Amino acid sequence: MASATIGRACLILALGVALYGVAAAVYAGRTQDRDWAASARRAVYALCGLTTIAFVILEAAFLRSDFHFATVTSHSSTTTPGFYKAAAVWSSQEGSLLLWLFLLSCWSSLVLYLTRNRMRDVTPYATAVLCVFGAFFAGLLVFAASPFATVAVAPGEGAGLSPLLRHPGMMIHPPMLYSGYTLFTVPFAFAVAALLVRRVDAEWITATRRFALAAWFFLGIGIVLGARWSYTELGWGGYWAWDPVENASLLPWLTGTAFLHSLMIQERRGMLKVWNASLILATGTLAILGTFLVRSGILDSIHAFGASTLGTPFVIFIAVLIAGSIGLVVSRRDALRSENRLDSLLSREAVFIGNNLVLVGLAFVTFWGTFFPLISEAVTGTKSAVGPPWFDRYTVPLALALVLLSGIGPVIAWRRATAVNARRNFVVPVAATAALGVVLAIFTPAADRPWAFGMFLCSAFVVVTVGQEFARGVRARRAMAGGSVPVALVQLVRRNRRRYGGYTAHVGFAVLLAGVAASSAFQEAKDAQLVPGQTVTVNGYKIDYQRGTGRVVTSGGRLERMEFGAVLRVTKDGKYVATLRPNRGFYPQNAPFVPISSAFDGEATSEVGMKAGLRRDVWVAVQPDLTSLRPYIKQQDKLLVAAVKQAGTVNPARFGQVRGAIFDEVVRRYVSNPPPATFRVIVSPLVMWIWIGAIVTFGGGLIAMWPAPDGVRRRARGRYAARVAKDLGRA
Amino acid sequence: MDPARKRTVRLVVALSAAVLLAGALVYTSFSAGNPSVSPSKLRASAIPGRAYQVTGKVADWQKSGSVQRFRLRDREGTRSVPVVYDGPVPDPFRNGREVVNTVRKQGAGYVGEKDSLVTKCPSKYKNKDTPA
Repeated sequence: MASATIGRACLILALGVALYGVAAAVYAGRTQDRDWAASARRAVYALCGLTTIAFVILEAAFLRSDFHFATVTSHSSTTTPGFYKAAAVWSSQEGSLLLWLFLLSCWSSLVLYLTRNRMRDVTPYATAVLCVFGAFFAGLLVFAASPFATVAVAPGEGAGLSPLLRHPGMMIHPPMLYSGYTLFTVPFAFAVAALLVRRVDAEWITATRRFALAAWFFLGIGIVLGARWSYTELGWGGYWAWDPVENASLLPWLTGTAFLHSLMIQERRGMLKVWNASLILATGTLAILGTFLVRSGILDSIHAFGASTLGTPFVIFIAVLIAGSIGLVVSRRDALRSENRLDSLLSREAVFIGNNLVLVGLAFVTFWGTFFPLISEAVTGTKSAVGPPWFDRYTVPLALALVLLSGIGPVIAWRRATAVNARRNFVVPVAATAALGVVLAIFTPAADRPWAFGMFLCSAFVVVTVGQEFARGVRARRAMAGGSVPVALVQLVRRNRRRYGGYTAHVGFAVLLAGVAASSAFQEAKDAQLVPGQTVTVNGYKIDYQRGTGRVVTSGGRLERMEFGAVLRVTKDGKYVATLRPNRGFYPQNAPFVPISSAFDGEATSEVGMKAGLRRDVWVAVQPDLTSLRPYIKQQDKLLVAAVKQAGTVNPARFGQVRGAIFDEVVRRYVSNPPPATFRVIVSPLVMWIWIGAIVTFGGGLIAMWPAPDGVRRRARGRYAARVAKDLGRA
Repeated sequence: MDPARKRTVRLVVALSAAVLLAGALVYTSFSAGNPSVSPSKLRASAIPGRAYQVTGKVADWQKSGSVQRFRLRDREGTRSVPVVYDGPVPDPFRNGREVVNTVRKQGAGYVGEKDSLVTKCPSKYKNKDTPA
């Protein structure tokens, strides 16, 4: 219990140092006193230390199943495997908020350490904003959702982590999303600070660009991991369902992606200052909105959680962020005036602006559709919801335009493209894309689905344009320094990480969307009820239900779950393809003396059987029908009750043994005579390319994020110093 | 053309396009949106054939092959509507769980649209009052 007290104390102190940090930083900003600025920065380091201790205490409580902690009791159990005990920390509201604060304090400390000797007028206010975020979340943890609430007498067992969350994704997906959300607060804070002190040159962007990129990287990985998790869980709507909570994570990612592109225009040409400031302020606010949506219960979502009391503070906080952001941009509009104008619509700047408009358009469509139940209720008095077809109607053409622009952007000239430039850069990609279009139209059914066909062509165009850029770069590199193609390629990328990382990300994203287009346009799904020996055919794949399976799974000597499944032999044109083993696990309640039947009314989770390939995935989930076993289970329950009554007392160990034996018998009966089971079979083409595309996209992001070699960095600094000197001279 | 005039023309064209697109977005969302209702409201005002998104708690769930029959009950209260849904249900689906389903009235009952059944994740963040 002492650890819970220490944890509580850490959070109270964290709130204290965050509030102190706000005051000290604002004072430092107003007086330009370096000592106070340093003190505020150290307050952020202290915040990081305190939340780290609190987080470690909570994690340790979960790992040792300390049921004195109320949150451990309700989200973990002794039968929860150790890996999932560690992840169960953020399955609770309190734990997830603590994770948010922990990550926020870590990133805040890092950025303030890296900028400790830079932008001395801006960093105090940025520190203040970061401390406001810290104080908000620490306040929630102290006053509204304490992870260190305890009970005097610890129960013998906890409820356990929901089986649905027992997936490797649980360990990585939430921390990735939260890292993305919290990292976006860094450029947000620096943008606010830069606007406050009217220092709106590109320095705040340069100082935090890598953090914005890291936020985009982590949030993107989190979204893709969620999609992958969803794909392997029955009923989670494939890999994307336009669910409000999914959409909430997509919103800051879209606006953040737009920001990462438009900041290049500000860095290079001093344009789009209002746009960039607005974009990053919107992105930071959307990151908080995403966190809020998960907790408010205001929208119906698969991830919506029991109505929470945290909605009001979040609404107030978001309202302050929105009002403050608008006020700041409007009041600083004179300082945000562009230094240059757009020279031509046929220029890289124009393509970047087009790309930004499409990304913001996508974000707006997603926002509108997500919040439409609230909007419609406010306008008409009736709550209405729009489904995936509505989202698809707008997002598909916008995605197509986005991919096309991501192919044009890297090769079109800055300022003004000429006919020579266009010929040089676009003849080969356009010819190659046209040739591919003809081949696809003749030899595949791709042309039957115009949107998907369009996406294939646009994606091919991106791959060829970027490939052409790489080829030219390698050729030039070899002409200058010699060496083999791989060596020249590595050197080329190493010396221009940002550029070629970006190109790689474009290719990955085009491939990802081609996978999405193919799998959603050409997917075939069928539900079938089968007994062993029966078959179902989907898209030429014959699925033969060979036999039922079952087993009792224990963890730490205690029953964790019972699995009932099937062995399916998959063939195509008489040739063996795979053997799939989908199953459904039933998790008994972790309480002593509960009836046997309750095990089948508790939580259950499906493990799909899947043969994944570069061309297509065969995906099968099973829902076994246990109705025929119910009479036996009911009879055993009656016998157990009678035995307990007769004995007058119950030995828990003995009861556990008897229960285990009955479960073994249930499984044996199922396997020896499997009742009809319902199967969902899905055959989806090119799903694998979604994951490959994601890896390439974020691999590109990683390349762009990686620190440049010293020489290149020195040159970049030199260019930057020259620009600052120019700005100062102009001022 | 004078550069300033050119910029104005561009701005007007861009804004007009944005307004048109936003108008289409607003119009289609209002015309394509399914009313989101509680079971008691559905019972009181459902028009046969029209799609509704109903949110309620599952009760009396029975399964026959791939066909699921259950009632959806108000979150607070006892009014409910019978629903027939053909297809596998999400993992967390069971009696007492809150689900969202797009349904159409057919006769005295309601038929759930295929793949429209969403079960709210019950586990992540519980109410303080909700027992573990």
